[in-house]
Amino acid sequence: MNNNETSPVPTIGRAQELIYELKVEQAMTRAVVAVSPENTMDDLRNIMREKQISGTPVLEGDTLVGIVSIEDLIKSLAQGQPPAKVREKMCTNVVTLFPDEPIVFALNQFRRYRYGRFPVVDRKSKKLVGMLTKGDIVRCLLKRLETNNIQAELCQYRPGHLFEDVIADRSALTLRYQVEGGNFEHAGNGSSRLKNSLLRLGIHPEATRRITIASYEAEMNVVVFTQGGELIATIEPDRVTVNAVDEGPGIPDVDLAMQPGYSTAPDWVRELGFGAGMGLPNIKNNTDELKINSIVGEGTNLQFTVNTIRADG
Amino acid sequence: MTLHEIIQILQAEPILNGEVRDVTVQIACGSDLMSDVLSFAKPGALLLTGLTTVQVIYTAEMADIRIVCFVRGKKPQEKTVRLAAAKNMILISTFLPMFESCGRLYQRGLKGCSGI
Ligand SMILES: Nc1ncnc2c1ncn2[C@@H]1O[C@H](COP(=O)(O)OP(=O)(O)OP(=O)(O)O)[C@@H](O)[C@H]1O
Ligand SMILES: [Mg+2]
Repeated sequence: MNNNETSPVPTIGRAQELIYELKVEQAMTRAVVAVSPENTMDDLRNIMREKQISGTPVLEGDTLVGIVSIEDLIKSLAQGQPPAKVREKMCTNVVTLFPDEPIVFALNQFRRYRYGRFPVVDRKSKKLVGMLTKGDIVRCLLKRLETNNIQAELCQYRPGHLFEDVIADRSALTLRYQVEGGNFEHAGNGSSRLKNSLLRLGIHPEATRRITIASYEAEMNVVVFTQGGELIATIEPDRVTVNAVDEGPGIPDVDLAMQPGYSTAPDWVRELGFGAGMGLPNIKNNTDELKINSIVGEGTNLQFTVNTIRADG
Repeated sequence: MTLHEIIQILQAEPILNGEVRDVTVQIACGSDLMSDVLSFAKPGALLLTGLTTVQVIYTAEMADIRIVCFVRGKKPQEKTVRLAAAKNMILISTFLPMFESCGRLYQRGLKGCSGI
């Protein structure tokens, strides 16, 4: 299936078309976290940790005056100098994008400058309107591709180096799927979308199978036993981690719940083919790491990781 | 074993994409418990089940199963067929009960998922 690269007439897949069609403003993050030049590097560290970001624009009023990243922070810490201000450590010759520029141009800028993120500014006012990372681009493309027919496209996209570029990036890619409590009609939809995305990202089908069997079991538990929650998949170059997070009721005895055959599922769930008490053991068998944090009355965070590096390299 | 043969052996009725008769399978798995399917079924297996909800399709998708046979005369719900169509799956239905469906296929050489 991988002969697209060598075939004389390269197939242009929908993903390739999309990078020409879509504009920066359709992929960018609008809710931008920014700092002021007067903030200290310590403030910056707290903000980055809290918001789980690796760089922010620096705004003076609403004018973009610089950009500061985790590297600047590390450098400043390594020098062990007295607490510095962002103004002294930020990078001031900022490369920006305009909202109406095509995604393909943005991708070229990423390749050219090797920056992790670009501020997006209005063409006229030069005011900051958003931020764009490679992760934003991939998320946007995956979203658009979800609505298309799946099977036919898979083999066309996989050779595209587009996605491989992105997950090879240091920054992890996060995909999120809402799970509605009690809604059997859509139970499985999150894992199904995750599966398509993982395959498109070039994750090996065997690893993808293990990840989505586990996420589906976790998703079913959220649907059956809770008010609802979320599946959060974090994709890194060598592994995929999924958190199935819900808002209660929690699991009173996790060790007991892990026992094969243990189930509190009501009869109507059994009639639907679930409730054998095999879900959690099955998650364990399919994953390389499993952690369950549960607080009764608050909720459960089931986290598992599957290593995705193939034995065949 | 080809889909065509399976349809004949089970006297089954094609419901979705049943005309793609040259598709073949080597192994099958029969269960009404979805967690069973998720833990024991092998990729590419034929799934026989008496359940007809959308969960059968999601389960098959996660397990990399493309062909589902509904046993004891069950017809899938309309939304089940729609979902399967979006995933390009094959659905058939037989009036035979689970044991007899599995027995007939096994007798004709289709293997189970235990690998024995
Ligand atoms: N997110 C959750 N919140 C609250 N309780 C949970 C949650 N996940 C699992 N449980 C509890 O743990 C038990 C075991 O879960 P497990 O997934 O192994 O089996 P099951 O869901 O009952 O059956 P099966 O998964 O085979 O359909 C459940 O019956 C339930 O009591
Ligand atoms: Mg379960």
